[in-house]
Amino acid sequence: MSERTVELEVLRYNPETDGEPHFQRYSVTCREEWVVLDALNHIKETVDPTLSYRWSCHMAVCGSCGMMIDGEPKLACKTFLRDYPGVIRVEPLAHFPVERDLVTVIDDFIAKLTRVKPYLIPKEEKPVAAGEYRQTPAQLKRYKQFTLCINCMLCYAACPEYGIIPKFLGPAAISLAHRWNQDSRDGGRAQRQEEIAATEGVWECSFTGACSEVCPEHVDPAAALQQVKIKSTVDWYLAHTMPWLNK
Amino acid sequence: METITSDIAIIGAGGAGLRAAIALAQADPRLRIALISKVYPMRSHTCAAEGGAAGVIKGDDSLEQHFNDTVGGGDWLCDQDAVDYLVQEAPKELLQLEHWGCPWSRELDGSVAVRPFGGMKIQRTWFAADKTGFHLLHTLFQTSLQFSSIERYDEYYATDLLVDEGRCCGLTAIEMRSGQMRQFRARAVIIAGGGAGRMFPFTTNGAIKTGDGMALAYRAGVPLKDMEFVQYHPTGLPSTGTLLTEACRGEGGVLLNKHGRRFLQDYGMGPETPIGKPVLKTMELGPRDRLSQAFWHEQKKGNMVTTQWGDAMLLDMRHLGEQKINERLPLVRDMSISYMGVDPVRDPVPVRPVVHYMMGGIHTDIRAATPLAGLYAAGECACVSINGANRLGSNSLTELLVFGRRAALSAMEYLASDPGRGNSQAIDAQAEAARARVRALFQKSGGESIAGLRKEMMHTLEQHAGIYRSGEGLSEACATLAALRRRYANIELHDKTNVYNTDLLQALELGSMLDCAEAVAVSALERRESRGAHQRLDFTERDDARYLKHSLASFQGAAAPRVDYSDVVITKSQPGVRDYSGGHA
Amino acid sequence: MAEQVTRKPYVREVPRMLWFLRHPRYMRYMAREFSCLFIGAYTLMLVVGLKRLAEGPDAWAGFLAALGSPGAIVFHLFALAFSAYHSITWFRLTPKAMPVQIGDTFVADRVISGAHYAGWALVSLVVLWLAGAF
Repeated sequence: MSERTVELEVLRYNPETDGEPHFQRYSVTCREEWVVLDALNHIKETVDPTLSYRWSCHMAVCGSCGMMIDGEPKLACKTFLRDYPGVIRVEPLAHFPVERDLVTVIDDFIAKLTRVKPYLIPKEEKPVAAGEYRQTPAQLKRYKQFTLCINCMLCYAACPEYGIIPKFLGPAAISLAHRWNQDSRDGGRAQRQEEIAATEGVWECSFTGACSEVCPEHVDPAAALQQVKIKSTVDWYLAHTMPWLNK
Repeated sequence: METITSDIAIIGAGGAGLRAAIALAQADPRLRIALISKVYPMRSHTCAAEGGAAGVIKGDDSLEQHFNDTVGGGDWLCDQDAVDYLVQEAPKELLQLEHWGCPWSRELDGSVAVRPFGGMKIQRTWFAADKTGFHLLHTLFQTSLQFSSIERYDEYYATDLLVDEGRCCGLTAIEMRSGQMRQFRARAVIIAGGGAGRMFPFTTNGAIKTGDGMALAYRAGVPLKDMEFVQYHPTGLPSTGTLLTEACRGEGGVLLNKHGRRFLQDYGMGPETPIGKPVLKTMELGPRDRLSQAFWHEQKKGNMVTTQWGDAMLLDMRHLGEQKINERLPLVRDMSISYMGVDPVRDPVPVRPVVHYMMGGIHTDIRAATPLAGLYAAGECACVSINGANRLGSNSLTELLVFGRRAALSAMEYLASDPGRGNSQAIDAQAEAARARVRALFQKSGGESIAGLRKEMMHTLEQHAGIYRSGEGLSEACATLAALRRRYANIELHDKTNVYNTDLLQALELGSMLDCAEAVAVSALERRESRGAHQRLDFTERDDARYLKHSLASFQGAAAPRVDYSDVVITKSQPGVRDYSGGHA
Repeated sequence: MAEQVTRKPYVREVPRMLWFLRHPRYMRYMAREFSCLFIGAYTLMLVVGLKRLAEGPDAWAGFLAALGSPGAIVFHLFALAFSAYHSITWFRLTPKAMPVQIGDTFVADRVISGAHYAGWALVSLVVLWLAGAF
């Protein structure tokens, strides 16, 4: 079993003792197949119990361990040491306030997610006793990709717009709104438009595409946002050129 | 200390906690619901469940067959009235999830699809590819956002229940971001805190599964039931313990030893079934306890493949083909490649049994009520008990929905009896004492390390409370765990600050795990028989005369728990032989 | 450590002007956006040409002569290169914005991009035909 010494440079910040963040270097013996999270756990267990970060599932599904690894937003549980020959720089996710060490404050996302009404607003009410809403595999496929968002916040850390304009609803929240809009059982698009088709909604997006490049679940938020733009544009033209369509 | 007052407080915001919260919000919008969790809801471990949720929906199935599979699968230790309730409510709950938008996989005609699962005689497992728990959790979480009466307290770690005049009146919890203790006053409390797989070193469970909910109730005087039953899932990746869902076998994957033999046929689960044509309830679709035990025997015979992480068997899915694997098992493929460097489309994947689920937990009745008035429990932290001595795959997602809702309804009935809020001063004093206990940790300088004690605990359980156990080993485990609990009094925090102090969090979690671990070891030592997931080398047979009973471990402070027994509820299925041979009816 | 503390989340400043220097990915994006300046400049030049045409044969001849100057040729080469870059980068993104689902499957990305290239080629041929190139 091969081992090697890995150098990690971790951003530390303790609001009670530090005025501002600073880097701390750790040198630890790691196994070749480890991910960055394993190295952090090893540091916490054997070198420095004060290091704080979030993690849980170690299988890229709970979304806890997003962090900047060599400047790139990554899930620490799916970033392999073997891909980093030199010193590995680990920082909290960009664009979020730092609570402590690698722990960020994500209240902003939670509030935005709530605003886009990310739940089924049924097209037609049907009692549970009447059985399931029928949905063909093709209808499922239409939105399935956008259900895969694990809320890991990597897309927000990658999005330059969100960095500059924090009011922007952002990739994950809009993708999840789009997920419900695309669901054949849902009739709530008009209600969600108020938020997502606003200036601080989809129109703040300049299609850098960074969100999709970093998404660990291949949700492709950039696609969702462009699709919302096109649909919203069509809405606008229909409303302004064919007003008789508006009842 | 800041006091937050609500009608009902829920500890844990995974599947069971969210389901309970939604049930309460829907039933009475005036109720103030405090949903308290040590992690954001979408981080809860429900998200890691892969295979599916069982519920009778198809014409060829019946409630009775789901009942029989579950009771037999549990080696007759299930309470049959609870299983009846589970199988009746299951389809309604799964349909309710469908009505909330859960992306269940579908048949061509648009109806919900079901897949085969271990120990189930009929296909009845609803699934959303191989991320069923993830979709279920996110559907519940997002649905919960429409109810303003659900007030979430994310990243609050519950430390103590507040009990006055024999009634649960709230809890204390640390707000992680400030490190401050808060008092939650409520007229009823529901615990939905999940399992405790992290007591073991090799587990599918996430870091957060540290038995906190179980320990809260246990220390407040509620017994932990059937704690000796710990489920090993047969197919985890040897490198990380990452779960490869039972659906791998449901879809037709087979298990091989190093000679390429489908060895399950040698352990009462034969005869061999044709490759690519899985037969329900036999061979690879046998129950988890039997498969894990078969692995143990094959390992003893030297028939396993050697990997750098220890012995493993091979899970061969190649014959399923790339298209089916991508469509039905995309996560399995992704994880096998990422964490093992093996593509299941091209090569068999090495796997070995891994700690997965606690059948035991907080003692509740069929109404999800604990013996402590005003306290309810649901999900993996509870033992109601529908899983008996061995849970069937895909019953736990169903359980957390059915009993999450049931806990909510029972709590509402309790509220209707106007239980009051207890003596305010007495409760304040308890909350203050809880705060003082946590602050005292900051002052200690005993020198014991959290990581060190945790390692010893894990090693002890793995060594002595694994797939096969012995009286001698368990006695040793009990002694070691008692010593570890004593040494726990001398742990020393390295981090003495307040904001997001994970050193403190891990110390508290270790306390929970040690209490649960001792309950596991003592209950296992006392059960002198082999049943389901509890296999004793010194008592190899099931002993219905003496042990067709639930164990109840009661907290005794610094001393070892006291173990009592209560009767199993048997309504229509008398204990029989668990037959997973191909010849069964 | 004192028990009572206030949180003090640290906000890292993001440069507001030269933010795109932070990552190669952002630079690529800026290159795509920047390329449209040449397309705009070329359009302006066409408008000037129209104006010259309206002013009479002499003005138009002068305009054509100016187009033959080395500076104009260099400008045209740049404009061609950047508009090609602009078009290619956008066409590559079209499958995201305009997915086409037929039954159970989405039409492959390259088919959607390819259709855009085909449209581009067709329009170019029509323009050339109108210009009397054939």
